[in-house]
Order: sequence, then C-alpha cells, then structure tokens
Amino acid sequence: MSGTRREAVWQGWVALLALLAALAWPLISAGGARTYLLSAGSNAVLAALLIVVAVVAGLGAAASSVGNLVILLGAAVATAWVIHLLPSIALIAPASQLGRGELIAATSGFWALVVLAWLLSWLLVRRLAEIEASRRGARFVLNISVPLIFGLWIVLFWELVVRSFAVPFVILPPPSAIWTRLITSVPTLAVDFRQTFLKAVLAGYAIGCGSGFLVAIAVDRVPFLKRGLLPVGNLVSALPLVAIAPIMVMWFGFDWQSKAAVVVAMTFFPMLINTLAGLAASETMERDLMHTYAANYRQSLLKLRLPAALPFIFNALKINSTLAMIGAIVAEFFGTPIVGMGFRISTEVGRMNTDMVWAEIAVAALAGSVFYGVVALVERASTFWHPSFRQP
Amino acid sequence: MSAATITGSLPARASLGARFVGSRFFAVAVVVIGIVIVWYAGAFLLDAPFQRYLDSRANVERTPVEFLRATFNQPKPTLPTPHQVAVDTFNSTILVNPTKPSSLLFHAWVTLSSTLAGFISGTLLGVLIAVGIVHLKSLDKSLMPWIISSQTIPILAIAPMVIVVLAAVGVTGLIPKALISTYLSFFPVTVGMVKGLRSPAPIHLDLMRTYNSSRWQVFWKLRVPASLPFLFTSMKVAVAAALVGAIVAELPTGAVAGIGAKLLVGSYYSQSIQMWSALVVGSLMAALLVTAVGIVERLVTRRMGARPS
Repeated sequence: MSGTRREAVWQGWVALLALLAALAWPLISAGGARTYLLSAGSNAVLAALLIVVAVVAGLGAAASSVGNLVILLGAAVATAWVIHLLPSIALIAPASQLGRGELIAATSGFWALVVLAWLLSWLLVRRLAEIEASRRGARFVLNISVPLIFGLWIVLFWELVVRSFAVPFVILPPPSAIWTRLITSVPTLAVDFRQTFLKAVLAGYAIGCGSGFLVAIAVDRVPFLKRGLLPVGNLVSALPLVAIAPIMVMWFGFDWQSKAAVVVAMTFFPMLINTLAGLAASETMERDLMHTYAANYRQSLLKLRLPAALPFIFNALKINSTLAMIGAIVAEFFGTPIVGMGFRISTEVGRMNTDMVWAEIAVAALAGSVFYGVVALVERASTFWHPSFRQP
Repeated sequence: MSAATITGSLPARASLGARFVGSRFFAVAVVVIGIVIVWYAGAFLLDAPFQRYLDSRANVERTPVEFLRATFNQPKPTLPTPHQVAVDTFNSTILVNPTKPSSLLFHAWVTLSSTLAGFISGTLLGVLIAVGIVHLKSLDKSLMPWIISSQTIPILAIAPMVIVVLAAVGVTGLIPKALISTYLSFFPVTVGMVKGLRSPAPIHLDLMRTYNSSRWQVFWKLRVPASLPFLFTSMKVAVAAALVGAIVAELPTGAVAGIGAKLLVGSYYSQSIQMWSALVVGSLMAALLVTAVGIVERLVTRRMGARPS
C-alpha cells in the first residue's frame, strides 16, 4: 500500500512544525512574564531531544521496530509533558478575563505541544495498525492497544479543553472530577446498581428472552401462526416500546417489578422473531438427512435446528442486553423508590450535580459493556463452528 | 413434496376460499384478531375488580351484560379496551384542529420533526464515518471498537441530561432532541455502510484495477452502488431508533409538546386512555417511517436497474 505510506509522512512534517512552534512560542505569557519550554531545565532539554528524534523517525517512510519504539517514547514523553503542564495552564482561564482566542494566543506554546503529542500518537496508531502480527498474543495486544490509545486521547482532550478553557462544571465536568466522584460515592452507586441492574434488568432479561424463546418454539410447530405472527412481531419490534414505561409503572408500582416488566416487553419480540428465523435456518438437505435417520420432532429440534438457530438466538441476546439496560433506566424516570440508576440520573440532573450523573453513566456503560461482553463470550464458546468465528 | 410440484404443474386451481385461507393476509388478520380478543380479556381481568368495587359502593345491581359494558367503558381504566383507545385516537386526531395542543397530530408533528432532523443528520454522520473507516486503516482499528462499545452504553439514559444541560446553555427546542436521535441512528448506518462499502467481491475490485480507475472512481462506481441495499436496511433500523430517541428526549423538557410529553402528562394524571392513544399514534408513526424508507428503497433500486424482488 504505497498510498498509505505517502499519507503517513504529512503527519511527520506537521509534527515537525508543531515541534518548532512549541520550542519558539511561549508556553504561558501571563502579564509580562513568559515561560518557554526549554527554560524548565535539563530534564526539559532531554525530553525535547527525545521528541525531536521521534519526529525525525516519523518522517522516515520505512516502518521499523526501532522507529516505532522511538515514536512510542516520543509520544509518551510529549503526552506526559502536556499532562504535567495542565495544572498551571488551568490556572490562567479563571484568573483572567480573556476570550477563547486570546487564551489560545497566551498559551500558544502549550497548544503546539498538544498538537505535537497528538500527531505523534496518531503516527504511532498508524504504525501499529499496519503491523501484521503473526502470533496470537501479539495480535491481541495490538488489537487492544490501538483503540486504547485512541480512547485515552479522547479523555485527555476532554480534560484539556474543559480545564484550560474553564468550561462551566454544570455543562461538562472534566473526567478527573468524574473519577473522583466515582470513587468517593461507591456505596451509593452500588445500591443503585443492585436496584437497577441486579433486580430489574436481570429479571426482566431472563423472563423476556426466556418467554420469547419458548413462544417461538411453540409457534414454530404451527405454520399458520408463524406466518401470521412474523409480520406482527417485525412491526412490534420497530415500535417505540420504551414508551409503555409509564403504563407499566401504573400497573406494577414503583419498585423494580415495573422496570422488569418494561424490560420483558422490550426483549420479548426481538427474541421471538430471531428464534423463529433461526429455526428456519437449517437447510432442507440437513432436515431430509434427519428424516432419513427417522429422527422424531424432538431429536431434530435438539440436534439440528436449535444448534443451527444459535447464531440468531445470540444475536437477539446481544441486542436485548442493550435494550434491557435502556428499558430499566428509562422506566425509572417515571417513578421509583428513592434508589436506582435512572432515579439518580434524573434527580442529580435537577440538582446540577453533573459529575454524579456522569459517574452513574460510567457505571451503566461499564455494566452494559460487561453484559454484552459476557454474552459475546458465551456465543464464542457455543457457536465456535460458525464461519464468522473461524480464523482465516 | 406434494404431487403438484412433482408433476411440475401449478397446484391445481385451489378454490378462492382455500387460497384466501392460505394467504399471509389471512394469517396476519387472525393473529391480530386474536390479540384484540386477548386484549379484551385482559381488560376485563384488570378492570372488573374496580367496577365491582364501584358498584358495591353505589349499591347498583347489574345484569352481566350491563356489568361488562360498564367495565369496558370506565373513564380511567387500568387497561383501556381497544375500542376506547380507537375512539380516543380518532377524536384527538381527526376531530380536533391539528394546530391546537389538544390534538395528537400536533404532538406527533413535534416528535416527527425532531425525529427527521436527527435521522437525516445521523444518517449523514454514519455514512461519513463509514467512508472514513473503509478508507483509513488506522481509523478502522482505533474507531470501530469504540463505535461498537458506544452502543452498549444505555445512551437514552443520558438523554435527559443532554436536554437539561443544553437548556442551561440556552439551546432549546428541536436541536437537543435531534442530537439524541442522531446519536441513536448513526450507529446502525455506520455498521451497515462499512459492511456495504466492503461488500464488492475482490473480482470486481480487480476489474476496476484493470480499468486503471482511481480510488475516487472505485468509490463512486463500485462501492457506493454495492452498499445501497445495506444502507437502506440499516436506515430502517435507524429511523425507528431515531423515533425512540425523540420520544425519550421529550420526557424531561417539562412535558411541553410531543408524544413523549403526552405520555408523561398522561402518567401524571393517570389518564390511561390518552396514554394508550399517544402510544398508538407513536406506533403508527414508526410504521409509516419504516414504510417510507422502504418505498424510497424500492424507487432507488428500480432506478439503478435492480430487478424487483
């Protein structure tokens, strides 16, 4: 791929420009005093040298492991420097009445350093993305580290913008504040998690998926019902079913049962139509083979059609894992006992405690990802034969 | 295998009645009628105790038929009957001036406008990200995992916060709601388009190479046409998701306007019939939107010379 190689170079040239700017422009020019990058002592000089080497390595076209390592070091040093400088930069915005443009001008060296660190990370990601690892362990590390670098930069950029421009806390709290809030209010978060996830989501998910599955097996025996139910099921699964949340709260009360009911309603239909589609997935030849074995309904269901339906069933289980979280949290907006993730989110928004809201969202995101991940792992273990999992 | 297929002739002209019974329409109709019957039975089970209580308080003796009629026509039933919902839906859509807030069409329009705004921007964003992912390997490796995990986050949960926070900055009305819809609808489009833009077989890509076509030409003449079926399938999912987003985004706006607001007001005053008719209108909107995308799909594929399936 000669095209990608040619493109990779411009990041190196821009990084070089950014490096020159970071060295030439003042980091902070508050009042008459100006601080420069290189005036920080011998450590700074050493780090700057390392970055220079990294930028030069970035200009080189051929990817070598030494070059990659140098870029990795340079990116790490530049990023660490940015993080190290952030507290002193964050002091400027609240103290001075500068506009956004003036603020950038006053800290131009710092922002050049940010651009430099970002470009070096980008170069690193590019290099890593092009490596074709042969061993499984190395491939795993690469597959994890590339998105991880990207994610860390998003968080860092969020922190940088929020703190250096003093964005009001209510609008967007910095990630560091969310993290502090998260670890200081673990008990509250744990109680909410238990109420929403362990009670409502899991119960509703199990009942909804289970009943969808059983109904699909029952309906599958009656072709007439199947023909009638499939279009209806397809329609219903496109409907905004979350909207039944207030009705369920009216029927089943404020506690977790009403949330579980919403989850049941939301997860039932995806499971039903996916299982029905999956039961029809086995081929005629295979069914004929079972027929020649004189297999009865039960045997051909258990040994052929259900295994063939597994990819579809797991698809529904994955879709439902997200839907279940959404259903339970949204249902809590309509009334809860004074506990639960949805309840906490809506009340803390009202009190403008956005850091608590974000902490709650982080917990929900983590729970949702782990839930999805567990389903995906079980899928991998039980449908290892499927073409999509076979190594090329 | 029936005799008809073996001899190769069409199944001997079945009588009209038998063909009707075998048709999909009939099957769907039977299922729908079954649902309505179950609905009435459920309404009786849920509403009868309250009616009995009312009658015993008022010392009214009723015949079973009268009792049934009274049960099915309570003003605030636990589960409204289908005819109550139908009548209320009809009254609040057809009989009321659609520019008044008492009309459900007014609320439907509010929801529809933010749904469409979010759906369009979500689709554009999704296509844009997909194009980037297909052409830049580093984006594919670094962004794709985050896009997938972004959907395991119950994003609807932060909908109220986005709305409240944006309102604090002074952004109100359509844009915050459309933002939620955008977030929900970009994902299916991105995933579908990445799949679609990669769907041309290597042999087709090789053919383009023998023509010495540029990247740009490969994109417009091969990848884009190949991706259209995927795009439309994911747009159907996306438009339904955008509607859900718009409805949930209306919940915290202080219940001003929209289907979601109507639901919230209904739950405050336990006006169950109004809640159900809002639900019915919302469902009709979902069905209409998905059908509309389907019609556009058929038009576009016909223009491109695909055989109607």
